[in-house]
Amino acid sequence: MPESPPAIEVSHLVKTYAGVTAVNDISFTVARGEIIGFLGPNGAGKSTTMRILTGYLPATSGSVRICEVPVATQPDEVKRKIGYMPENNPLPEDMRVSEYLYFRGRLKEIRRRLLGPRIDEVLEVCDLKRVRHRIIGQLSKGFRQRVGIAEAILAEPPVIIMDEPTIGLDPHQILIVRDLIASLRGRMTVLISSHILPEIEMTCDRVLIINQGRVVAQGTPADLRREILGRSTYQLEVAGDVAVLPAALAGIEPSLRVTAQGEPNGDGFRALTLTTERSDELGEPLLRALLAHNLRVRALSRAHPTLEDVFLAATRRSWDAVAAPKPAAKMPNAE
Amino acid sequence: MKHFLTLLSHEVRMLLVNPATYIAAMLFLVFMGFIFTGILDSYSKTPQDTSPAIVFFQFFWFPVVFMVPLLTMKCLADERRAGTLETLFTTPVTTAEVVLGKYGAAYLFYLALWGSTGGLFYILRRFSGDARFIDTGPLIGGYLFIAVSGLLFVAIGVLASALTRNQTVAAILCFVALVLLIGGVNYLSGVGWLERDFLHHLKEAVDYARVLAHRDDFTRGVVDARQLLFYLSGTVLALIFSILGVEAKLLHS
Repeated sequence: MPESPPAIEVSHLVKTYAGVTAVNDISFTVARGEIIGFLGPNGAGKSTTMRILTGYLPATSGSVRICEVPVATQPDEVKRKIGYMPENNPLPEDMRVSEYLYFRGRLKEIRRRLLGPRIDEVLEVCDLKRVRHRIIGQLSKGFRQRVGIAEAILAEPPVIIMDEPTIGLDPHQILIVRDLIASLRGRMTVLISSHILPEIEMTCDRVLIINQGRVVAQGTPADLRREILGRSTYQLEVAGDVAVLPAALAGIEPSLRVTAQGEPNGDGFRALTLTTERSDELGEPLLRALLAHNLRVRALSRAHPTLEDVFLAATRRSWDAVAAPKPAAKMPNAE
Repeated sequence: MKHFLTLLSHEVRMLLVNPATYIAAMLFLVFMGFIFTGILDSYSKTPQDTSPAIVFFQFFWFPVVFMVPLLTMKCLADERRAGTLETLFTTPVTTAEVVLGKYGAAYLFYLALWGSTGGLFYILRRFSGDARFIDTGPLIGGYLFIAVSGLLFVAIGVLASALTRNQTVAAILCFVALVLLIGGVNYLSGVGWLERDFLHHLKEAVDYARVLAHRDDFTRGVVDARQLLFYLSGTVLALIFSILGVEAKLLHS
């Protein structure tokens, strides 16, 4: 990755609207061919950042370069390099799918001769062949969403930016869209924002979490888990005298402790949650220690933190300390 | 300007596939037909000095103040509300191309509407068999006036649409602007207090901008370059403000 210049380079981007800072000093880079997930709570500045990247909105300060072309001075050149699908995917209601793609293709300066075959190709890729002559206003949400994606990839731009492409889709359609995005891997750089976190985790190479206009975390989902949560969690159900637990646990690993303890149910079993800073597997020694202390165990599992936990932890942390130094600063970057 | 034709043909196509276009055209023709038969009716009762074409074009303001707002209110306001303006501006098109494309389509439709009223004169000629009813001079002058003044009226409509995201507000803005331009200026030129000496510059300006006087000149066959300049400069100004309006809305969106 280091030899080719990054597809998207954002440095110290700031955008204020009428005194409100929507984006506050965001910097990140995206390598070519990478699929990156852009996460953040509502109002975090995701859509604003994406709009600035496309050249639709001017930034207040900072610089954005798409494939080495600065957006501020050469917006037209940047627009030729970007396929963009905005939030809510606005489409003209009274056009047919193929007409719309033809119109957009002409605007994106695809030559007339090449446009017909290219439209056939994207209709095929997005599984829209059946509806190519239907009026967009009469299409279901899933089809409309795919029309938006087809439009974004139509001109084969090196960078594709999609604002919540899977919003409002059913699980089957999400699967199709996910495969579609995954099929772009390596050929195009894709930046997608979404609230559906498992979705992002499955498709994206790297995740960028922003909150209140700042980058609060970035890296691969695995990196983020280590970085943000920094611990492993075990859940068990035991019966017996739990007072011996601290001593038993200290024998295995000093950082292992009980963080949550339930009341015993009818069978005398209670639920416990243990956490440790160790990231390797402690299940077996734990089980041995518990049995050695005459505790009966009927369930032991290691909880795998989801991206959701990471997201919640990262955004909560940034709310707790807005002024604190960004944890993302020391993250290994793409370079 | 390389996207202008793409945008223009797209807009024209959208007009052609939209049922509202045909409803508006039909209402317009029905209304103009009523005016025309009313004129013929009065001619059949008493002999008149002027040709029917001149009288016909005297009513031009009525369809203009109602039709132009309906024609132009949609063009930018609706796209902004629907969000398709955002997708449009993420392709390499300029604001000027977008505004001019929409303006061009609206103006062509305006011309087509008025062009269809030529049918009324044709029917009259065909069934009366009397060439005197068709006074070509005023007819050509009248249609020329419609074409030239339409440039400005449609541009005002586009400007109104560029200023808001609400179609109704755009229509009302345009209606008020046109009524002020056509009726207001005409009223001002008739009021007594403008006759005073120290206001004579204002009076001149008001007389210069009198659309109804321009119409009379055109139908009499007088094509004055100053009047052409009035409409052309007004059009350019309105379009520049439309472009700036769209861009300002982008900056502050």
